[in-house]
Amino acid sequence: MSVNGVLVCGEITREGDIDSITLELLSIGRRLAESSGEKLIVALFGDGIGKAAEEVAYYGADMVYKVESPLLEGLNVDIWVEAVDGLYREIQPKILLMGQTATGMDIAPRLAFKLNTPLTTDCTDLNVDAEDGLLLRTKPVYGGNVSGVFKYQEEPQFVTVRTKAFEPVERGSAKCEIIPFNPDIDRSMIKVESIERVKEEVVELDKAEVIVAAGRGIEEPENLEKLQELLDLLKRYFDSGEIGCSRPLVDQGWLSSPHQVGLTGQKVAPQLYIAIGISGASQHVAGISGAKKVVAINKSSEAPIFKIADYGVVGEYEETLPAFKQKLEEIL
Amino acid sequence: MSELKIIVCIKKIPDPEAPPKAVSIDSEAKRVTFTGVAPMINPFDENALEAAIRLKEANGGYITVLSLGEKKSKQVLSKAFAVGIDKLILINDANLKDLDSYSRAYVLSKAIERIGKYDIIFTGRQAGDWDSGQTGLLLAEFLQIPSINLVRSVEVEDGELIVKKVKPDGYEVAKTKIPALITASNEIGELRYVSVKQLIEARKEPVDIWNDDDLGLDQQKLRRLGIVDLYKPEIEKECYFVEGESPQEKGENLAILLVEKDSVISA
Repeated sequence: MSVNGVLVCGEITREGDIDSITLELLSIGRRLAESSGEKLIVALFGDGIGKAAEEVAYYGADMVYKVESPLLEGLNVDIWVEAVDGLYREIQPKILLMGQTATGMDIAPRLAFKLNTPLTTDCTDLNVDAEDGLLLRTKPVYGGNVSGVFKYQEEPQFVTVRTKAFEPVERGSAKCEIIPFNPDIDRSMIKVESIERVKEEVVELDKAEVIVAAGRGIEEPENLEKLQELLDLLKRYFDSGEIGCSRPLVDQGWLSSPHQVGLTGQKVAPQLYIAIGISGASQHVAGISGAKKVVAINKSSEAPIFKIADYGVVGEYEETLPAFKQKLEEIL
Repeated sequence: MSELKIIVCIKKIPDPEAPPKAVSIDSEAKRVTFTGVAPMINPFDENALEAAIRLKEANGGYITVLSLGEKKSKQVLSKAFAVGIDKLILINDANLKDLDSYSRAYVLSKAIERIGKYDIIFTGRQAGDWDSGQTGLLLAEFLQIPSINLVRSVEVEDGELIVKKVKPDGYEVAKTKIPALITASNEIGELRYVSVKQLIEARKEPVDIWNDDDLGLDQQKLRRLGIVDLYKPEIEKECYFVEGESPQEKGENLAILLVEKDSVISA
């Protein structure tokens, strides 16, 4: 007999820990399970994931499915789609939640095709329609200028959720049941073969407490050094910090893509975000809605970035930054 | 190997960087309307076009561009001729409006079956209107060919595609047999520069128009966007502009604000 319920497809970091998106999905998943009177189930996929599965059992789900196979080591999309599909058939959930992450973006559309159900990607809010029990899926469209709410009849009700759109759920003291599941997968399913995985730069923007971000307004790539100096100073007062940027800087090769903040880059939620020479295109702004305080420094008072900033400085950043740094050192 | 047969799927959209004030909503018709916003080729589709042109330059080839949209898209789409494509097909039918990603992929797949033999299909990773990021991957499923998402470089070698795929901390080198589909990410590079003169010349090129009947579509497979509501989000904050006689003084005052008034930064 199938379990139904709300199924969260969780993710594990490369170090084997529970990824924050899993806890964010469990947070919205719990709300949906309660308003639809369903069970909340979380599944983790991989090889040797016992530790993560034990741990995730403390985060408010009714059941954990531990889907293990050596073939799930690394992320072969063809294999993963089959594994999630197999679990889907076992559980037959009414609602299926994944993260709008590198993994989710690859798997969800292909899985939706297999399950013959409409998928809504990158949702920032989800509610259950009290009248028909269907999912109301809110997502930003037209570069964030518009919010759309969508609804479809087909089951499973399938969505991906934007990272940092929901607060991660807190660890509880009760532990739920863990069920091992053997997916029916084999190497013959692989159509695209991975040859090599190259790590270029680890930029932990998603975990950073302070971010100094550069836009086209910094004018020369050499000026990134000035921002790095500011970041180095700020890192004395925050646990973690990174350099971020808007998309044009990546396109011009001034910074590598892991530094990009925005709709197609990282979504961030630092205590402090300092945007320097960033005009505030909607593509960029979509990534910083989780920031607690936004400071914008731009020479044009008309720059749209000021519309979402808490503090604004209109002026040349080259002259503002040294004074800002000096004063900080003086008073702290 | 004979020359590569490449198909690029592109879409006309309103400029995704349009200022909020240029965007309004007709809640009755559940439609977004734009004032004074230039239509353009979806930027990620331009990345896909650039990748296709580079492959053609390196290996020789024939590029067909395919688009599903309104008749007046023609002028915007014809820019593709200016960068060196060979053929442009526009699928246009009143019956094919407001389709969801699944159905758009279905219609494109039927058009591709009609085109016939192909080696590589390119799409952008997502389009700046609904930002769904599904059409390319779904198209590959309809055609039952392998697909690779979020690609930043492409090479063809002995009937195989070798790509670099964007990963959060770097990239993955992956390969697959052709025919295959690739979705282009912006890291692949911007579309080359086109002069106004080239643009005007490009508009004279013939565009093939195909409709619903030409494709023999199964009407059951046409799903509409399930829009319940559209609204403009309230994201604006009240920005406090830091005062000061000079940029230096503003910098100092900002430090005082963040430390003493707001305690965002503390020792």
